[in-house]
Amino acid sequence: MSQSTASVITLNINGEKHTLPVDHRTTLLDALRERLDLTGTKKGCDQGQCGACTVLLDGRRAVSCLQLAVAAEGREITTIEGVADGEQLHPVQQAFLDLDGYQCGFCTPGQICSAIAMIEEHAAGWPSAVTADVRPEAEAAPLTAEEIRERMSGNLCRCGAYVSIVRAVARAAQADDAQQPPVSDELARLAGSEQKEGVA
Amino acid sequence: MREFGYQRVFDVPGAVALGADPEARYLGGGTNLVDLMKASVERPALLIDVRELPLDRIESTDDGGLHIGATVTNSDLAAHPEVRRRYPALAQAVLAGASGQLRNMATVGGNLLQRTRCAYFTDPARPCNKRNPGSGCAAVKGEHRNHAILGATEHCVAVHPSDMSVALAAFDARVTYETATGPGELPLTEFYLPVGDTPHLETALPPGALITGITLPPAPVAATSRYRKVRERASYAFAIGSVAAALDVQEGAVREVRLAFGAVASRPWRARAAERALTGAPATAEAFAAAADAELAAAKALPHNGYKVTLIRNLVVAVLTELTEEAAR
Ligand SMILES: Cc1cc2nc3c(=O)[nH]c(=O)nc-3n(C[C@H](O)[C@H](O)[C@H](O)COP(=O)(O)OP(=O)(O)OC[C@H]3O[C@@H](n4cnc5c(N)ncnc54)[C@H](O)[C@@H]3O)c2cc1C
Ligand code: SF4
Ligand code: FES
Ligand code: FES
Repeated sequence: MSQSTASVITLNINGEKHTLPVDHRTTLLDALRERLDLTGTKKGCDQGQCGACTVLLDGRRAVSCLQLAVAAEGREITTIEGVADGEQLHPVQQAFLDLDGYQCGFCTPGQICSAIAMIEEHAAGWPSAVTADVRPEAEAAPLTAEEIRERMSGNLCRCGAYVSIVRAVARAAQADDAQQPPVSDELARLAGSEQKEGVA
Repeated sequence: MREFGYQRVFDVPGAVALGADPEARYLGGGTNLVDLMKASVERPALLIDVRELPLDRIESTDDGGLHIGATVTNSDLAAHPEVRRRYPALAQAVLAGASGQLRNMATVGGNLLQRTRCAYFTDPARPCNKRNPGSGCAAVKGEHRNHAILGATEHCVAVHPSDMSVALAAFDARVTYETATGPGELPLTEFYLPVGDTPHLETALPPGALITGITLPPAPVAATSRYRKVRERASYAFAIGSVAAALDVQEGAVREVRLAFGAVASRPWRARAAERALTGAPATAEAFAAAADAELAAAKALPHNGYKVTLIRNLVVAVLTELTEEAAR
């Protein structure tokens, strides 16, 4: 049985439809960057190991380097170019800016897409690997710095900007009314700008 | 990467009809398959995308167990209230694996069939009996810090990387599948084949079989269960050793215990010798250690992975002690 090894596909990206022919070997990451000029999404490892290529698929975070473009047809794809509301930055983008959640910026689009979805996962009551009791009867785990670090562990930062990334995610989560349970006291302190001690 | 055809399937008969082609592979989340295709370790001519199959549900069975569809994502599995209530170690095992992004993509069927992370397996320039039968095993005399201490042979010393399947082994899960000639079922503990001299043959699934789901029988003991994983960094890394355990203690004695080890063998290692040694024994650290020793008596360490014997022993004692304390609360 001979099968065609290429297809014309339509991708729904940031609310816009893009129709393009692709070789089936094309990853979503390469389609975005090389074919559609959406270069905000970064390629780090190309093996699922760094999170730089994180996008949202139907609202959930995913690594676009292991996602075949042809298999993404029909799904709602959101990239870093699509998270702001016009000129109004997404609260997670604003928090990264305000709290210096980056150094070189290479991992930042992936960090921000990941954090947007992570905050929603926590609000939906998903436990994590550091949640002490995963049973649904247990009180939902408040968002602590430890929880943020675990939940964001799929995004590596070669510059080691983790301290300010955790603070930026905390700030954005705190601003999100949907956070049930609310962020922990520790985190509220972490998110506050008074934490910028030592800066003249 | 070799060029390939792509077909999306919407029903199980359509999937298994295409799956009869020996050069076809089912595509779940692609988090392992696409990675291995990039490395030319997997070279399918056709990908059959199973994500639209109606196998994305988790349902209670009539006898009080759970059936988990093959295309349920790892995230949805770990977030499901009945999984967290009745089999907490399963939710913990899934959450201990990979990252939030990867768990959103990965499916239950793909997780079971993910291949070893032995670095020689993914390097086509090196000998590897699993990738290229008869070529030898580069790991035996090479880098094998994270290789097997149980059930291995000189033909292959790789470990299975799945965290999820360790908890499934402890809970007597059964894998259900469909072929062009009808359905079938395998206990998880017989799903992965012994290594022998055929490390390239990994499972007892018939050729072309589509995994349709996993059935968990009712197990009241599983409500008091835990998965603990040790790795070289705090998160987002494969296990160097892990334990799934469930424990029922009555008046200071072990009434029922389930134990399985991860990252020690080519399959999740159900520790039946340890379970036998513990059943009826006092729930003390000494008895837990003795039970671990009973299982690990068969361990054969390589020059660089002897630490795993101590690691697993300590994990067994720690996890069972925690569960004893939890049961007393
Ligand atoms: C960076 C990284 C870190 C990771 N860390 C961990 C970890 O710590 N712990 C852990 O357990 N795992 C880890 N993983 C592995 C991950 O869990 C697996 O890649 C994932 O579970 C595979 O699921 P999938 O749906 O993406 O499978 P795919 O990649 O789509 O498929 C894998 C295999 O299963 C076959 N297959 C898929 N579905 C079916 C079906 N229904 N019937 C028959 N065959 C099928 C495919 O043909 C293929 O051979 C990690 C992966 C990466 C990339
Ligand atoms: S341990 Fe197994 S997978 Fe690794 S090189 Fe040897 S044969 Fe290959
Ligand atoms: S580029 Fe995709 S995870 Fe690194
Ligand atoms: S800011 Fe440079 S890699 Fe993260």
